[in-house]
Amino acid sequence: MDWGAIIQNSFRGFIGEPFIYFSLAAMGLNMHYGYTGLLNFGQAVFMAAGAYGLSMAVVTLGLNFWWGLLLGIVVFPLLLALIMGVPTLRLRADYLAIVTIAASEMFRIIARSPSLDRWTGSSDGLTAFANTFYDFNPFDKQKRYFFGLFIGNQMWVVLIGWIVLSIVVLIVWMTMRSPWGRVLRAIREDEDAARSLGKNAYWFKMQSLMIGGMFGALGGMFRAIGTQSAQPQNFITDVTFFAWVALILGGAAKVGGPIAGAAILYGILNFTDVFLRQLVENGYVPESVMDGTQVGQVRFMLIGLGLILLAIYRPQGIFGTKEEMALDDR
Amino acid sequence: MTAEPSTAQHLFDGVPFEPGAAKNDPILVADGVRRAFGGLVAVDVDHLEVQRGAITALIGPNGAGKTTFFNLLTNFDEPDTGSRLFEGNDLAGVSAYKVANLGMVRTFQLTKSLSKMTVIDNMCLGGTGQTGESFFKALFPFLWRRQEAEITERADALLERFKLSHMRDEFAGTLSGGQRKLLEMARALMVKPNMVMLDEPMAGVNPALKQSLLDHVKGLRDEGMTVLFVEHDMDMVQEISDWVVVMAEGRIIAEGPPESIASNQAVIDAYLGAHHDSALDLEAD
Repeated sequence: MDWGAIIQNSFRGFIGEPFIYFSLAAMGLNMHYGYTGLLNFGQAVFMAAGAYGLSMAVVTLGLNFWWGLLLGIVVFPLLLALIMGVPTLRLRADYLAIVTIAASEMFRIIARSPSLDRWTGSSDGLTAFANTFYDFNPFDKQKRYFFGLFIGNQMWVVLIGWIVLSIVVLIVWMTMRSPWGRVLRAIREDEDAARSLGKNAYWFKMQSLMIGGMFGALGGMFRAIGTQSAQPQNFITDVTFFAWVALILGGAAKVGGPIAGAAILYGILNFTDVFLRQLVENGYVPESVMDGTQVGQVRFMLIGLGLILLAIYRPQGIFGTKEEMALDDR
Repeated sequence: MTAEPSTAQHLFDGVPFEPGAAKNDPILVADGVRRAFGGLVAVDVDHLEVQRGAITALIGPNGAGKTTFFNLLTNFDEPDTGSRLFEGNDLAGVSAYKVANLGMVRTFQLTKSLSKMTVIDNMCLGGTGQTGESFFKALFPFLWRRQEAEITERADALLERFKLSHMRDEFAGTLSGGQRKLLEMARALMVKPNMVMLDEPMAGVNPALKQSLLDHVKGLRDEGMTVLFVEHDMDMVQEISDWVVVMAEGRIIAEGPPESIASNQAVIDAYLGAHHDSALDLEAD
């Protein structure tokens, strides 16, 4: 057993690229669901907006990288939030859920359609749009950094990712302690009560959808920058539900919840992957039980089992408080 | 020595005891308000004026349309036809939250305390015109910290008055039913309203708390606010209201001071069924 590789890989999952973009997506969901009570089952479409906003600006429209950032972080997510929010936010929560899940699938299917090849690159997606980003890379591309976890380019992505993530955490922490956050929480608890006290619930919900969507777009953009490619397959519905898992695991309506959730989720995924593979390779697990190609599936079974146990023994998530959960039943 | 019973009945001098009577100084006027749900006409009110500075009770048997009418007056529901004027402002097409900002704030029959927020947060939410409720300004606490301190101070004073100070930092979900009613009323006052609309303030409140709730409602009037409340509890209606409006089957059937209502034939008919004291005439049907 190569324990060094196991530990190194787990740690990489804990703080690496997937951790960053799923943290960002889950921070957005936390804004939507944890604080405002909006059911967004299509966070993948906001992530896609970030990825395609940047890549289409650079590759399709020939704009520079900075315009791409503006398009991907601000313009695309805001438009999406408006399109999905205007018809549904006046209605019950379930309508937004339906519209978001539909929108995320529609976007993916339209983006991969061959007739739009000129615009979206269809199923191959768009590539090589983040050169400007790597031009600023101060790290040596040949060397490994941070205990040998990341090579130069990865280190640059991860470093900027951590910085952006810290800024997002700071924004959520600040706004949730402010009267603005108080109105969001009031809407989560009871929209009519907020309205009866003179709060424009519709507009606050729209703001939450926009800002949480922008966090998601940042996540999607990091995924695209990290691989220098934006592909429809990167934004399937599973992506949305991974972000949900991270949120529920960590605890909704807690600032650090999504980050802890994403870190643990990817820490465990990486750990089980390498650990199980080594067990198989070293003959601890007989071929009749599991072979090397089945490791990928088995680790998701284990994650599922873990979630079931969590739902039974700690439904409030790792950071959640039991007292708050108990208030739901009243 | 008993204190002089507080009343505002002098405000109704010269007002006839009849449905749709014009008041001396109406704060809220509803005219021709009608609301139908499919074939059922829930509310069909020809005319109602609510006197400023008084406590008006809206009573009626179950299904009379009181709560529907209440929702129409506060713009939580839109009438099919008819107009509502609050302090001269036409409420047609005005969002419910704007009505609150005009100075008319309501409570709900099923108390809407915000369970997973602390009592003090519930209170502070009621403050209007908060700078910190803008997303960008929320990021700069120095822009709203002073206003927040003022609001918190006012909230604490109200909690003191409503005897909820000891629950200040508890989740509102842990309050008893009666305490939630108190909290909701106190929270409504944070809006600094001119008119408070209470939907069944006594529902589910134990007798011990009832008296203090009654005193609080009277206190609102003594501070110059107008109160309109929906209630089933006739003791409360008799004790604190200056004027009573009776609804039945969506219409206003009687108006007058509480003493006059108990003996009103139309009211007795509405509550007990028409003709209950006249001989049944089977031939007529």
